[in-house]
Amino acid sequence: MDALAPLIASAMVAGTPLMLAALGLLVNERSGVINLGSEGMMLMGAITAFATTLASGSFTLGFLAGAVVAMLMSGFFAWLTIWLGANQVATGLALSLFGVGASAYLGLPYAGESLQPIQFAVPLLHDIPVLGPALFRHHPLVYGAIALCFVIAWFLMRTRAGLIVRAVGESPTSAHSLGYDVRRIRLACVLFGGACAGLAGAFMSLVYTPLWVEGMVAGRGWIALALTTFATWRPLRVMAGAYLFGGITILTYHMQALGVPIASQLLSMLPYIATVVVLVLISRNAAWIRLNMPASLGKNFNPNA
Amino acid sequence: MLRLERRAQPSRVMAWCSPLLAVALTALIGSVLFMVVGKDPVASLRVFFLEPIRDLRGWSEVGVKVAPLLVIAVGLSICFRANVFNIGAEGQLVVGAIAAGALILHLDDDTNGGALLISLALLAGVAGGMAWAAITALLRDRFHANEILVSLMLVYVAELLLSYLVHGALIDPDGFGFPQSRLFSDGWLLPVVLPGTRLHVGIVLALVAAVAGWLYLTRSFSGFKLQVGGIAPMAARYAGFSSRSSLWISLLVSGGLAGLAGAAEVMGPIGQLTPSISPGYGFAAIIVAFVGRLHPLGVIFSSFIMALFYIGGELSQSRLGMPSAVTGIFQGILLFALLACDVLIHNRLRWSR
Repeated sequence: MDALAPLIASAMVAGTPLMLAALGLLVNERSGVINLGSEGMMLMGAITAFATTLASGSFTLGFLAGAVVAMLMSGFFAWLTIWLGANQVATGLALSLFGVGASAYLGLPYAGESLQPIQFAVPLLHDIPVLGPALFRHHPLVYGAIALCFVIAWFLMRTRAGLIVRAVGESPTSAHSLGYDVRRIRLACVLFGGACAGLAGAFMSLVYTPLWVEGMVAGRGWIALALTTFATWRPLRVMAGAYLFGGITILTYHMQALGVPIASQLLSMLPYIATVVVLVLISRNAAWIRLNMPASLGKNFNPNA
Repeated sequence: MLRLERRAQPSRVMAWCSPLLAVALTALIGSVLFMVVGKDPVASLRVFFLEPIRDLRGWSEVGVKVAPLLVIAVGLSICFRANVFNIGAEGQLVVGAIAAGALILHLDDDTNGGALLISLALLAGVAGGMAWAAITALLRDRFHANEILVSLMLVYVAELLLSYLVHGALIDPDGFGFPQSRLFSDGWLLPVVLPGTRLHVGIVLALVAAVAGWLYLTRSFSGFKLQVGGIAPMAARYAGFSSRSSLWISLLVSGGLAGLAGAAEVMGPIGQLTPSISPGYGFAAIIVAFVGRLHPLGVIFSSFIMALFYIGGELSQSRLGMPSAVTGIFQGILLFALLACDVLIHNRLRWSR
């Protein structure tokens, strides 16, 4: 049992950036906009947060900077797609390609630098044997992500504003004719998605590793995109998916450490292959996906047309 | 105030001018960025747009970069026209390189080689890329798995596979443990078309692919069906055009061409298998395809521009003291600029009070 505690603990930490990014994308997609730029936004969030914290010594400031930069990027994406009617897939790709290039450039002076890892503990609970080290010694954002998950579930399903967001995603024309400003609602959702991606990137460079390596997000932005499909656009399923993937990532590390006679490269493939497998399993039933997917996902809406 | 007004009809002129405008806009934004970091903008632009093509050697080096970009972008143009978003060309390139490299390492005995065996190795590359893309096609066809995400995940898998092979099965036994294969012998390397340079026959193959791609899209029924399926899926279905065959054709063609690019890279400028054989050609080719208007001949122009960015990035290290990572920023800006300029195809700018 004692060996399991660190495994669970690290799976939770590894799952958190995925969960944060995927939750943001989920709200984003519920409003009918698909942003393929999450990989780029996470990378930019990661490097900005890292640089800010290294310079200022403040982790809070780092998280804030990461979220703001990614939010600005998503704002630019929103302007191109929602107001100028650019193709969402192409614009999102541009955002990712730009983020990969720009973060590599900005990160050059920071290669090899690292931050002092910070220790956290939930008062009282962290002393419980096994459960304490497994669940209650994490960075606050790990719990923040869990809370966010429930908040988003409540927001989307139980509030009027959430209903409007879903309406915009299902049928922008109807929402528009009811007098809702489809473009502004979508903008708000896209900005939220960007901020979440930035936080996720910041979490990676400030807490998870904590250092900067070029391309360190390593496809997690794309995996987060797959997670929203996996979760059929439901927040609580995102949590399950994120921890599942966190667990797979950690398992590969542990297998390497235990000396399992499989090459490290083959083990590292696991999260990517798992993503493909999960996508296949979930997409197999086309009718089910169609039932759950926001009906206007990826389609632009022009109120003046 | 400047505002956008919808055109009654999309402008044909703008459709062709927009890529040029985008390149100009990229240069402009780039020079502002150079100014911000304290470099002379004019000198910087010269490094990116003039220095690479100052002499024949420069042109040949640009050609070395055009070859893979062009050949991949032709495939992606066909693919994107069918509305199939194959984002994993980088992975297909890597698997193509592995297939060609493995074949060469298996057959190469320092004395053989020649046109026939080189063609065989190139075909192995095509087959490798096709096989890798076929995974995406199969999963999309049978299980409706999103091709963007699947093809992209397979990029990471392909790169790890290459790393695994050059660390193990294909490592040079006399290479002091360096993770790379032995050098291919001369008989297996692509012939150079311009004596004294590195410009290999891959550029010819790329140009042939561009013309063939153009003929396919404009002169064949299959190409027509594919494009109808991309523009108007409902109409295609009504006409009885199979969306499945479009999916398979577009992925196999783009995968095969990406695999060809990978094979040509390892049999040309690289000459062996190493852990990193492509500086992101597969991703850059996505931008090349869009900037070239998804037109197999248009991508000749855009792959040339993209090649300039690559060389300019390398040069800026020595000339400007700027890291070569600056290329990546330029690539992103170029696609953004194009998407923004494309707005003018359907809209016009109007002053209004």
